[in-house]
Amino acid sequence: MASNETLFRQIYRIRRFEETVLENFPKGVFFGTTHTYIGQEANAVGVLANCQANDIVFSNHRCHGHFLAYGGSAAALFAEMMGRSTGVCGGRGGSQHLQWRNFYSNGVQGGILPIAAGMALAEKFKNTQAITYVFLGDGTLGEGTLYETLNLAALWQAPVLFVLEDNRIAQTTPTQLGIAGSMPARFEAFGIPTREIDSSSVLDILPLAEELSALVRDNRTPGALILHTERFGPHSKGDDTRSPELVNQLRQERDPLAILAKQLPELVCSQIKTEVDYEIADSLKQALSSPFPIL
Amino acid sequence: MTSVLESLNTALHQAFASDPSVYLLGEDVLDPYGGAFKLTRGLSGQYPGRVLTSPISEAGITGVAAGMALRGLRPVVEIMFGDFVTLAADQLINHIAKFRWMYNDQVRVPLLLRTPMGGRRGYGPTHSQTLEKLFLGIPGLQVLAPCAFSAAGFDAGTLLRETILHSENPTIFIENKLLYLLPVTSDSPDFEIKLLTTPAQTPGYQLNLRGAPAARLTMTAYGYMAELARQAALRLAYEYEIFCEIIIPTQIAPFEISNILSSVQKTGKLLCLEEGTLSLGWGAEITAQAAEKLGPQLKCARRIAALDLPVPASGPLETAVLPSVDQILTTVLEMEKF
Repeated sequence: MASNETLFRQIYRIRRFEETVLENFPKGVFFGTTHTYIGQEANAVGVLANCQANDIVFSNHRCHGHFLAYGGSAAALFAEMMGRSTGVCGGRGGSQHLQWRNFYSNGVQGGILPIAAGMALAEKFKNTQAITYVFLGDGTLGEGTLYETLNLAALWQAPVLFVLEDNRIAQTTPTQLGIAGSMPARFEAFGIPTREIDSSSVLDILPLAEELSALVRDNRTPGALILHTERFGPHSKGDDTRSPELVNQLRQERDPLAILAKQLPELVCSQIKTEVDYEIADSLKQALSSPFPIL
Repeated sequence: MTSVLESLNTALHQAFASDPSVYLLGEDVLDPYGGAFKLTRGLSGQYPGRVLTSPISEAGITGVAAGMALRGLRPVVEIMFGDFVTLAADQLINHIAKFRWMYNDQVRVPLLLRTPMGGRRGYGPTHSQTLEKLFLGIPGLQVLAPCAFSAAGFDAGTLLRETILHSENPTIFIENKLLYLLPVTSDSPDFEIKLLTTPAQTPGYQLNLRGAPAARLTMTAYGYMAELARQAALRLAYEYEIFCEIIIPTQIAPFEISNILSSVQKTGKLLCLEEGTLSLGWGAEITAQAAEKLGPQLKCARRIAALDLPVPASGPLETAVLPSVDQILTTVLEMEKF
């Protein structure tokens, strides 16, 4: 298992990256929009701590945290968002369309799910031990293609782990206005082993993810992990309809960084922060000095 | 005599035999049924692990196939009726068509989605459509349509097999239902059938009446409409002494118009035939390109297509809505004035 220092570094790296994105957006350096992961970092770090070299990760519109936890370059992600030729996809995809090694993301809700199941199935047919992680949010529970995918993944026994990050709000729609019935029952109805946790501590999430990854890998069958979480930032930028008091309270109670910091000496935390601050600042500078692509 | 159906079925068998990374996903595709139109007959018996019969989940199986293709397999998806391809539109447009370019050429999606389109069987408004025009002009999607003609050993089955085995890009393969029972025609007493090749597209065909004087009009059509063009050209020659050249592409998108332009440069007249609805269709694009590129060399252009209505179930109504040989004759006679 990764050390607490490593986990702290990964969580802080995502945090600092996303904060830097929000700080620099008003300067006009990025194209389009962005969906930040602040508050949810322990999910990506905890789940992908179990990711092996040949495993596949498919992410969604809120993909920066997953990409960085997978091992992606902060400089390449900044550059991608700035539309530069050194970006993850040479500036063609932008914030939510990334592909690097076995990492993929796409910004349309639901459609990535059968694709991830198909990737998992392909690896099974090729007799590799790879599993596929696919991240979805609570909002995606509204998409019909999810239920087609759960059925197919269960029928065809695809080694895919569905990671549902329930941040309790889909853009501005709270889950109680968007989701009827039970979240785990949606997966269990298809006979997919499902675990659920409501925590922002990576030390809670990681072992559960480990258990499910092992089940998917060993049995070559699907699994589901439901992570109830909190997002501290807006859906994209400046579109948070929640009260500042509520968001502030969530930051006090559910900050994955503060929760993990309690397990580490202060000096270690501040040392890691200094190093990561430098990496992120330097990555931003590198991206800013990269050329724009030509068609 | 080989039918188009047999040619396509044989092609699937050949593709499965020559590359173990070829898979097929679809509804009711297992033997002994072998698919609603029998295209997959014999496959599941011979390759049981590689033919996946699916629930009624067009978006799901198209997405699964996309994932398989991204990870190095060569999946074929059968959509039972072309009308149902709308259920997979998000997969095709927002995922499959985008991946290669959006990911900076770092991935390939060698997926082929086959589906029967077209009317004239009385199936009514939701099982008779010719919907491929919805997928024309989507960057990253190749749309192919076989016909019943064969030249230089290249026929509908060759097109299917070669695309499954060698294409690096996602393909929608449109099979007009009435083609299935037509014989593959390579040797015609009436027509000389020539293979047209260009580097940028899959081969097409050119039909000229044997021993006829120079053609005075170019007809272009794909799929089953090419057969109606053939019938019309024969009648025009024998009944009216009007001689036509027929250009039959098999690649509908991305479209390369050079073969049509070369023909119209000789004849001066262009008639586009399609079974889809008239407005904003394939023929409109061909006509616009011909007008832009040929200027006054294009003396007259017309389009024949389905009326802008759903396809009715009633036989007489369906006949009235879909393009016919008589309509081609009438239109060509009108074009004689120019």
